[in-house]
Amino acid sequence: MKAWINPKIQEKIVFASLFLSTLIIVTPVILVVAIIIARGSSVLSVEFLTSMPRMGMKAGGIFPAIVGTFYLVIWTLIFALPIGIFSAIYLSEYSKRNLLTRIIELAIVNLAGVPSVVYGLFGLGLFVGFLKFGASILSGSLTLAVMVLPVIITASREALQSVPNSFREVSYSLGATRWQTIRHAVLPHALPGILTGTILSISRAAGETAPILFTVAAFYLPRLPKSIFDQAMALPYHLYVLSTQVPNVRLELQYGTALVLVGLIIIANLVAVVIRSYFRARKQW
Amino acid sequence: MRKYYEFIVESLIFISGIASILFVLLIFIFLLKEGLMLFKDLGVFDFLLGTHWYPISEPPRLGILSLILGSLWVTAGATVISVPLGIACAIYIGEIAPGWLKEILKAGVELLAAIPSIVLGFIGLVTLVPLVKKLFGISTGLTAFSGSLMLAFMAMPTIVSIMEDALNTVPKSYREGSIAMGATQWQTIRRIVLPSASSGIIAAIMLGIGRVIGETMAVMMITGNAAIIPHSFFQPVRTMTATIAAEMGETVQGSQHYSALFAIGIVLFTITFMINLTADLSLHGKKAR
Repeated sequence: MKAWINPKIQEKIVFASLFLSTLIIVTPVILVVAIIIARGSSVLSVEFLTSMPRMGMKAGGIFPAIVGTFYLVIWTLIFALPIGIFSAIYLSEYSKRNLLTRIIELAIVNLAGVPSVVYGLFGLGLFVGFLKFGASILSGSLTLAVMVLPVIITASREALQSVPNSFREVSYSLGATRWQTIRHAVLPHALPGILTGTILSISRAAGETAPILFTVAAFYLPRLPKSIFDQAMALPYHLYVLSTQVPNVRLELQYGTALVLVGLIIIANLVAVVIRSYFRARKQW
Repeated sequence: MRKYYEFIVESLIFISGIASILFVLLIFIFLLKEGLMLFKDLGVFDFLLGTHWYPISEPPRLGILSLILGSLWVTAGATVISVPLGIACAIYIGEIAPGWLKEILKAGVELLAAIPSIVLGFIGLVTLVPLVKKLFGISTGLTAFSGSLMLAFMAMPTIVSIMEDALNTVPKSYREGSIAMGATQWQTIRRIVLPSASSGIIAAIMLGIGRVIGETMAVMMITGNAAIIPHSFFQPVRTMTATIAAEMGETVQGSQHYSALFAIGIVLFTITFMINLTADLSLHGKKAR
């Protein structure tokens, strides 16, 4: 039984298997990224990134999908950032530890856990149907905004809470009101954390497919969207279409689309990491 | 003047604060609004326990038991694979790995979290599915097993990061006391740290399950979309999420099929709500200690 195995040897065996388990998880990630880069980069060219798809998606570029994703991300941020940051300010600076706060926190956890396809249904029911915005960038980005709200709130709240209380105390002692204190003494120092949360939500908004399936995504549009009431193509939906809806698409084209999507997201995340380390080094407390 | 400006700003702040609650309620309300219409013509138990899902036949058969079971099979499979591996990984990264390796491994897990599910679904479709077909000699690689494998992979970051947080909240003094008594590091982990972090472990498992049940695109592309009651892991299945995503485009607004899909959404929302509620309560219940 266990008592008979030298604990030191037992430890070595266990640690080796734990390390193995970790490798089992991390190695495929690297493999996945490597495969996408390897098989997708052959298609990558200026033409691929800037021209429209041709021949029923079997040739040509993915420009409209890139533009559509870009518009969606921008509008999602426009809708989500103000509410998210103000909500974090409320939770961090104004709320007390009472039942209401607890319920808000529960609501945030739940918003984070709702399946993406249920967000799609919600967007369909509320924005497309009830408010009659129709399938449009407006509906899609409003839906995505609700979806990324928990990410922004959580990241911003943490950023605000990590600002030392002494900053607030000094501001009050100089006669500032609560909002003035937040606006001038707290918020500026929470910006890096808020920025990180913003970039994370960009990643999610750009990569999600199910919420935009019924609210904005179009299979093919001959022209770029001109207003937020237009439908748009989007990268994740485009990848879905190429890999399951259109027969006989060259694999390289599919890998290329995946590469652009993953590439954009990884670049965004790297920017977040760089910003985080830069400000962490400059922190004065 | 400033008083009025501040009042407006602070009201906006308060309204934003409760916005989360409003949105959760809105989601629930709109799901109900479109989905409850189904139950005017169809009984709740017929819907939940009916074994046939033929929405386009005349008359339509709208029983989601096969879909519920499809979701359950895939989730169970993914949980069985991801929980042990995830816990092992979290322990290794959190307790054992040397500093430099820890950063690399954490970055690896975070990289996994960043990859969109559609991309993982695509990769699974072009690499995993043919592999499963060849390896097990079955007629198609689009199976619950392939789906479980992919989903286990996708749930990893959630499980690992929550587990890591849970392990971090165990006070250092616990570990130091144990080592001072002569225990090895593994004995310390097994007997002191892990039991102490048990509520976090449970929360990690639940949130991992929640993540898996809610996954849509990857399952839709990998599990084969056959709405039949599964008898083995190596059969195609259909999950609730994939059903909604696949069929919504073909329904007419206001039709029974449309309401049925929203009703599935109600079921999904309720399930994930329960899971998240339990996980959050268990995390915070222990913290209040």
